[in-house]
Amino acid sequence: MSNPLRIFVPVKRVVDYAVKVRVNATKTDVDRNVKHSMNPFDEIAVEEAVRIKEKSPKTEVVAISCGTTKSQETLRTALAMGADRAVHIEVKDDSTLEPLAVAKLLKALADKEANKPDLFILGKQAIDDDASQTGQMLAGLLKWPQTTFASKVDINDKSLKVVREIDGGLETVSTKLPAVITTDLRLNEPRYASLPNIMKAKKKPLVKFTPEDLGVDISPRLQTLKVEEPPKRAGGRKVESVDELVDKLRNEAKVL
Amino acid sequence: MFASVTSRIALQTRSTLVQRFYTTGAGVNTLLYVEHKDGAISGATLNALTAAKKLGGSVTALVAGEAPEGVAKEVAKLEGVSKVLTAKDAAYAHALPEDIAPLLAEVQAKNGFTHLITGHTAGGKNVFPRAAALLDVAAISDITAIESEDTFVRPIYAGNAIATVKTNDKVKVITVRGTAFEAASATQDAAPEEVVSSSEKLGLTQWEGEEIQKSDRPDLGSAKRVISGGRGMKNGENFKLLYDLADKIGAAVGASRAAVDAGFVDNSLQVGQTGKIVAPELYIAVGISGAIQHLAGMKDSKTIVAINKDADAPIFQVADYGLVDDLFKAVPELTEKISK
Repeated sequence: MSNPLRIFVPVKRVVDYAVKVRVNATKTDVDRNVKHSMNPFDEIAVEEAVRIKEKSPKTEVVAISCGTTKSQETLRTALAMGADRAVHIEVKDDSTLEPLAVAKLLKALADKEANKPDLFILGKQAIDDDASQTGQMLAGLLKWPQTTFASKVDINDKSLKVVREIDGGLETVSTKLPAVITTDLRLNEPRYASLPNIMKAKKKPLVKFTPEDLGVDISPRLQTLKVEEPPKRAGGRKVESVDELVDKLRNEAKVL
Repeated sequence: MFASVTSRIALQTRSTLVQRFYTTGAGVNTLLYVEHKDGAISGATLNALTAAKKLGGSVTALVAGEAPEGVAKEVAKLEGVSKVLTAKDAAYAHALPEDIAPLLAEVQAKNGFTHLITGHTAGGKNVFPRAAALLDVAAISDITAIESEDTFVRPIYAGNAIATVKTNDKVKVITVRGTAFEAASATQDAAPEEVVSSSEKLGLTQWEGEEIQKSDRPDLGSAKRVISGGRGMKNGENFKLLYDLADKIGAAVGASRAAVDAGFVDNSLQVGQTGKIVAPELYIAVGISGAIQHLAGMKDSKTIVAINKDADAPIFQVADYGLVDDLFKAVPELTEKISK
């Protein structure tokens, strides 16, 4: 038996996917006084790590979140799903964390650990900034292989085979650990945390660091000048029949 | 270095009228990363080229591959490309980011490009953030407009908010939403070509193979007409109703996440926040309720048609023409009446 795997899973607290966001009055951001939850792609990442652990029980799964104090709720959710311990990299309430800063924090954390992680599993994108950058940046900084948009992951000892979702279909790549994976929607179906597991999660260890502890400069490189509502569509018209639809498309919209 | 100083001076001495057109051009020197497959330039690269031209300044294209020569010749003929760099190496055969990102970073360092640009495709998303990290700069994803050489517009929250961001970085690493910019076209005179290389090839990942969905229909991302099916299609066989209609009007076929997850169609057909973003002239949504995540991928279409038996489905709020009807009756009728 080879050495047990150590999997790091970064998770982000975001506005819940079902919330219809609104731009705030000052047009600087969206209204954040709404329900938040774990980024859906990150749930898939936690689930995948926990499944790997279920196959080889010595695996250690570490959930990490960079953000304000409230990120700890998201970490507890990951612990309730089956992560072993959590690391909270705490920033001040008004800090903006960009993907490059998060990637640097994660790299610094990996460097700090006495036992290095073998694998990072991240979501392919956060549904708030829609950037789709952090995993790739982290892999670049670590000089590790990256297998992004994964829809199937096979780990056999230290080798990794991943089926990736690409434009037009699927692609298979293989590599060696250590590596970075980012998850696509179809990788798995995340479990719900049961009440006993939620209770147990409260006792699991959670350690805190600050960016200063890790020696990382998180100053933003981008400045958001304004945030606006997208242009409204004048939709909502109904037609009575297929005949009327064909007529409108031909003679009014002129798209047929 | 001297060249860019001279061009800046030259620009300053031009008439004010010309200056007004080139307000963002001074000192801009853009590298366009060309995506290509089976000897053909990716459509998204042509859109990214148009965005690159809007920045002003010069546009140099980089074609990397196992045998980049053929594609490089085609790229050299594109309007607005002033030079083509080719990087030929077996390591670049499948555009693996571990090898392409260092190449981009090295080519940038040697040539002092101010902007790196490519399409926001699966390939562009895979390579560009890694290159940005190597250059220690932010990456700016999926831009839909250019305000100036350092200020860009991009959708956030599944397109429910539009952010204008200004970067303070020296090098701007940008991926472009294809549907937001026209495709650039070919011209007569070929731009000069130059060979480049990179010292760093990590060779960390092996490409094993791919499964590409073959179709005679137009490409989903760039089709003028798109017909999409959702959960209401009930099964994969019923998608034939949409294929029949699509073939009649030369449309591409797409799907909602529900249809993909249920296994009706391949996931490369998914339209939405996490799938393809489309903006055709005509988008017909059949049996699709219109979740936020689906609307994110199609609400910039020119004309939207919804066919759904649930009159309260959110899709009707964005549809220019909504038909409340059973799709199994309405779609065949539509196919028949359109062909007349």
